[in-house]
Amino acid sequence: MDIKEYIQLVFSDYTLRTITLGTAILGAVCGMLGSFAVLRKQSLLGDAISHAALPGIAIAFLITGAKDSNTLLIGALISGLIGTFWIRGIITKTHLKSDTALGLILSLFFGFGMLLLTYIQKQPNANQAGLDKYLFGQAATLLESDVWMMAIVTGICLLIMLLFWKEFKILLFDADYTKTLGFNTKIIDILITSFIVLAIVLGLQTVGVVLMSAMLLAPAAAARQWTNSLAVMVFLAAVFGAFSGVFGTAISASQNNLSTGPVIVLVAGVFVIFSFIFSPSRGLLFKQIRFIKNRRDLQLHKTLAFMYNIAETHEDISHPHAIRILNNFQGYTKGTLQKLVEKDYVKLNGNLWSLTDLGFKTAANLYNQQTRNNE
Amino acid sequence: MSSAQIEIQIIASLVAIACAIPGTFLVLRKMAMISDAISHSILPGIVVGFFITHDLNSPVLILLAALTGIITVVLVEYIQKTGLVKEDTAIGLVFPALFSIGVILIAKNANDVHLDVDAVLLGELAFAPFDRLVIGGTDIGPKSLWIIGCILLVTITLLFAFFKELKVSTFDKGLAASLGFSPVILHYGLMSVSSVTTVGAFDAVGAILVVALMIAPAATAYLLTTDLKKMLGLAIGFGVFSAILGYWVAHWLDASIAGSITTVLGLLFLMVYLFAPSKGIIAVLYREKQQRIEVSLLTFLLHLKNHNEEEERHVNHLNEHINWQKVRSKSVLELAQKNNMISITENIVSLTEKGNEFTSKAIDYIITNEDTQIEDMKDDFFLFRG
Repeated sequence: MDIKEYIQLVFSDYTLRTITLGTAILGAVCGMLGSFAVLRKQSLLGDAISHAALPGIAIAFLITGAKDSNTLLIGALISGLIGTFWIRGIITKTHLKSDTALGLILSLFFGFGMLLLTYIQKQPNANQAGLDKYLFGQAATLLESDVWMMAIVTGICLLIMLLFWKEFKILLFDADYTKTLGFNTKIIDILITSFIVLAIVLGLQTVGVVLMSAMLLAPAAAARQWTNSLAVMVFLAAVFGAFSGVFGTAISASQNNLSTGPVIVLVAGVFVIFSFIFSPSRGLLFKQIRFIKNRRDLQLHKTLAFMYNIAETHEDISHPHAIRILNNFQGYTKGTLQKLVEKDYVKLNGNLWSLTDLGFKTAANLYNQQTRNNE
Repeated sequence: MSSAQIEIQIIASLVAIACAIPGTFLVLRKMAMISDAISHSILPGIVVGFFITHDLNSPVLILLAALTGIITVVLVEYIQKTGLVKEDTAIGLVFPALFSIGVILIAKNANDVHLDVDAVLLGELAFAPFDRLVIGGTDIGPKSLWIIGCILLVTITLLFAFFKELKVSTFDKGLAASLGFSPVILHYGLMSVSSVTTVGAFDAVGAILVVALMIAPAATAYLLTTDLKKMLGLAIGFGVFSAILGYWVAHWLDASIAGSITTVLGLLFLMVYLFAPSKGIIAVLYREKQQRIEVSLLTFLLHLKNHNEEEERHVNHLNEHINWQKVRSKSVLELAQKNNMISITENIVSLTEKGNEFTSKAIDYIITNEDTQIEDMKDDFFLFRG
């Protein structure tokens, strides 16, 4: 199946269209809210919340007996919120650290959820099958109504975010200052956290409990590498998230036996790796290149300084010297010598080199802070 | 109780002990989430190992999976070192990616692999007694019992051999390094033990619930004591208790054993979280309230000492002068009277000799910036606390 055919199929096939749209919206909203989670150093909160949502799903099913996804998601939302605020309580009121609190709530809630799920499975009620799709997610079970639901929630998130943009931003970067300005930090904080919980709960059906945290983190971590502006980062993260969703769906649809959730996560992972390596200002590749360039510049300076020291001992600064006396010098390479010639600091004459006037002047002022010549 | 039931309880208890030991150190070193990461990311290791050996209990598989766990740790540390993202983000990125690879590997080979993601993640302790280890025709017990027994033996040996080193490096890395214990080796040693334990326990209780057995008993114990040996002992005790009680709850509910063990752990933690003598929520809230009233009392006494004029010390005016609500003023006034700090004559409040002495000392401490001394002083002066 080539790409053209696939795109046609996306528009004509109900299931594929629903899934593609659903994962794209999900990726976008996760990326958006994930940016806040990453910047607030709450990356693993997503993991904890998604696990903590499991008992809520089971209890909602036990109470209502219905498998309607909206009911179950409300259960998930409530238990996710309980988990989040318990984590907070543990961190603020006891001396247990945040990692312990996260791991504790994550595993305890998940274990309780598993107990309930297995208990439900043993019940004489034929309706219980399919609850375990929330464990690993099944994008294929997405309905158009689910996608609408996601779109509406995303819209609300976007609206609230634009409305409280200033408050969110200032809380993110300087919480104490926010408090002194008279903002109610607690409410803003709860608002952000609740939206993160909401995004996670929305994604449970599609990518599942275990992989949800990556949906939240990966686009944001990738976007962080390209910019230092919050607005751009949120936008980029949403774009990365949406593309992960679309590409992931496409790849899993084109092959047999590939579940959508893990593929989306891996696509998002590729975005992250790409950003880590190729981002112009922070990326590993350009960092390495800058590192090498700086080292070269330093070598250039060192060679020039060395030449200056030799030339200084002679009356005529342009007195020629043999190149081979440079050989024992550490910073010297043929390349650096050539560069010096290009800059007109040094003249070569066969096996001999001599400093020019310009070179001598530059070398004399090399470590002089007042002449800021950007070499 | 049938022999299978006894065996299940023994396996569960051994797993609980084997998890509690590294778990205690993970909690103390603030690396609890690493255990979560390891428990997820061993999946590809298990899958690849299973392709090679076709036996979920083979030692090769355990080693391969443990290796994946260590690779996770190394990857997390590498990403963190680049400075591009924070540590928690690094953890959150690495393990879902590895886990996804594992899930896809299973899905792609679903036809010729009898391996289920559910089974790896959730485990089924109830089936453990049926997979027996037979040597020379004699049945010597369930395989998982032997596996976890060996892991536990190694863990305990290492714990006794390196207890001092672990202790020092956990609480003071710099001191450990200067004494010549390499923190790096200890760190990776602990990581290896955690990985091996996680892998060894996964088919009994499942990979995710290993995390519960590692963190929950240690965290519960940490709320009760600050002594490392006691904490280890308590963690092991809590683990074994929950393992056995959890088994019977599962038996009664006819539900997942691992799930009910975790639930018991959760309830245990909740109880301790609420009622622990000095670090439980109730104790903390009570102490906060007590301190609030005592600070008010001190402010009140200082006010009295500063003002000799009668109108400032009239009971009816106190509310206005210190800006307190009625209830608060009343409780502070009562506390002061109970402690013989003040006397009230004709509605004029004045300091007693004892109150005067207390206040003078408190001022001295406040001026010399030794506020903490006031706490000790309270013990000497107060008959009743706030």
